[in-house]
Amino acid sequence: MRQGKYPFVIGFLAVPVTLYSVFVVSPYLQAFWLSMTEWRGIGAPRWIGFANFERLFSDEVFWKAVRHHGVLLLALPLITIAIALFFAFMLNVGGGSRGGQRVGVRGSGFYRVVFFFPQVLAVAIIAVLFQMVYRPDESGLINGVLMKLGLDPIFFLINPNLALWSIIAVLVWQAVGFYVVLFSAGMASIPAEIYEAAELDGASRITMFFRVTIPLLWDTLQVAWVYLGIAAFDAFAIVAVLSVDSGGPDGATTVLAMEIYRNAFVYSKYGYASAMGVALFFLTITFAALTLRVSKRESVEY
Amino acid sequence: MSATPDTSPAYPSTGTAAPSAAPGTTRRTVLRRAAAAGLLVTPAAGLLGACATGGDGGNTEQATGEKTAQNPLGVKEDAELEVVIFNGGYGDKYATDVHEKLYQQAFPKAKITHQSTQAVSTVLQPRFASGNPPEFVNNSGEKFLDFGALVNDGQLQDLTEMWDAPSVDDPNKKVRDTVIPGVVEQGMFNTPDGQRKPYVLYYVSTVYGIWYSGKLFKENGWTAPTTWEQFTALCEQIKSKGITPFGYAGANAAYYMWNVILSQAAKVGGPEILRNIDNLEPDAWKADAVIQAARAWAEIGKNFSDKSFEGLKHTDVQLRQNQYKLAFYPSGDWLENEQKKDTPPGFEYQIMPMPSLTAADKMPHGAIRAAAGEGYFVSAKSKNPRGGMEYMRQMLSKAGARGFTETVGAATVVPAGSEGYQFPPGVASSQAALKAAGQNVFNMMFDNWYKELDTEARTATNELMFGRASAEQWAERIQKRADAIKNDSSIAKFTR
Repeated sequence: MRQGKYPFVIGFLAVPVTLYSVFVVSPYLQAFWLSMTEWRGIGAPRWIGFANFERLFSDEVFWKAVRHHGVLLLALPLITIAIALFFAFMLNVGGGSRGGQRVGVRGSGFYRVVFFFPQVLAVAIIAVLFQMVYRPDESGLINGVLMKLGLDPIFFLINPNLALWSIIAVLVWQAVGFYVVLFSAGMASIPAEIYEAAELDGASRITMFFRVTIPLLWDTLQVAWVYLGIAAFDAFAIVAVLSVDSGGPDGATTVLAMEIYRNAFVYSKYGYASAMGVALFFLTITFAALTLRVSKRESVEY
Repeated sequence: MSATPDTSPAYPSTGTAAPSAAPGTTRRTVLRRAAAAGLLVTPAAGLLGACATGGDGGNTEQATGEKTAQNPLGVKEDAELEVVIFNGGYGDKYATDVHEKLYQQAFPKAKITHQSTQAVSTVLQPRFASGNPPEFVNNSGEKFLDFGALVNDGQLQDLTEMWDAPSVDDPNKKVRDTVIPGVVEQGMFNTPDGQRKPYVLYYVSTVYGIWYSGKLFKENGWTAPTTWEQFTALCEQIKSKGITPFGYAGANAAYYMWNVILSQAAKVGGPEILRNIDNLEPDAWKADAVIQAARAWAEIGKNFSDKSFEGLKHTDVQLRQNQYKLAFYPSGDWLENEQKKDTPPGFEYQIMPMPSLTAADKMPHGAIRAAAGEGYFVSAKSKNPRGGMEYMRQMLSKAGARGFTETVGAATVVPAGSEGYQFPPGVASSQAALKAAGQNVFNMMFDNWYKELDTEARTATNELMFGRASAEQWAERIQKRADAIKNDSSIAKFTR
């Protein structure tokens, strides 16, 4: 090793490590400490040990939010990946083979751009957009049409049984574009000979999809699942802007980030909010570890 | 006064920029770079020490000047003054164009810094935490700073001296004698050591009731109902004309509706019903009068409202009323000013008190909720609290109050300021209603004191009014939350 290696390495790392510790690590540590205190945002925090966590475990709203994360965790990745896979398959492979090259359906270049549109929009704008789409009266995009047809309006965000699913639909709509691109890139790296061979063997598109595409895309799928799982633990912006009564009706769409926000910035219960944040931290970590472990499966080499 | 929970998350960005080191660097340049990087680290380490909770050091050095007849509060004439105004229903023009000018006239050497915001707590919470608060704050809106937390931490200036100072217009009259009775008391809070002190100035006279269009009613030959039978009969008529009789916005303004129910309850059972609720008395929400009121209004919600309103914001529903698609809408008298842009000519906002529910109501039909609204305080730990109090004294002068009224079209708590002023029809009608009510005026404070209770009442009220809960279930769940707050030692309690 050349002399002066350490100053060199330090020179490289100092800035990123500092930024990371100031803006990521130190807030985390503070949150852990704050979760053990009672703090109303002003004045000195008072140490109360695990009292916040005890309260958390008997807090109905907290459990409601956790349940919603459970639903999101199942629905968001499943639906998004299913739709994105289908689209990616159709855009890249679904058109059959032309001159020995697998191609997408007609107009796939156009669709590719369209699917990516939502990804370009800011989350807050998407939420405001869907306020218009879901609006419960005649000026709503969907209900306006329904009411013109003489049908009853659908209360997307007001009906407690429908509200969470309406939110999930927005999350899926927003996410699909990115995963179409991700899966397209994955599919592009699958050698054409494999498809050719499958085609010669008389495999249908469906068989090809399940027997060729999915196994060869497994690594990408796994990544997508973790990303979407983490997204399922967030969902704050959409819920805060779109839902009725900030996470309502009656908490039907609330998520942990929403409750953290409410406790910290509406109720000024920063200690309790931090305890929720710590709970969320462990939930997310557990999820990521579990997913990586469960989905560990031999990847196919080609 | 508008409630718009528009929240966008702020994610900490972790963008990294690594200093580049050319491959052929000599030892000296590398060392130099490392040293430079080290310099960057040092201030960051200082930042690490500065936690979110801040230090407990504050400004100990506060500006004072000599007390004179012109300067009874002893303001240091060249001390800076920072004014933070909530930019909501009343805007902030009244501060920049009227009050700040008055202060500047009195103290030409003072430098005034003006800031307006729609999220008071977001902007100011870190300032209080770090011991550098602005002198004067209009603490209002959806995101106002928790008064209880501020009081408990000694952040609010005791306003006794300001209230006892001679008023700007008449040196023989104390400031406290220039405002309508009850204003000083409304701004009093219990301190942790068991005293009660005036900390907050509630400045705007606010009357709450149910609003309708004078024009719509005149054209149809309808009159404001005084009894419940008349009210339901009229609702029936309105409905048959294809107009929604009654509605409020469930998406963000459900408190307009619990206000209706509780006002109704106060009329049925007397104002102590509300006092019990404010004081977190056991079973206060389950009192007969409260349940009766809730049941009656739930019926109105079921028969005479529109289910889609639960998903609409207050501005949407208010617009419907301006379009003559909605007859009755509950609100305070900021409504007229808020809707100024959308109100068609001749609409003529009119207020009515809640119709009497029973013949045995404890309060007469004219009884109405009136309160001083819009809280203003002076920060005790700011650099120039005396300047803040002087600013308040100027606000409470005749010129200050008149200027406010002329700018926003609302009455202040200083009667001399609105004398002979021609109010727009809505505020004129609410002022007339207030006058007619005489002593039969009531108020409630719990939403200012306990935001959690406000949130619970909002949620429960949507459940009640849109048919998912009964009056009993409604009362039950809010009472449960009230009890929980009562037993929560971390929450500062207030009584009246």
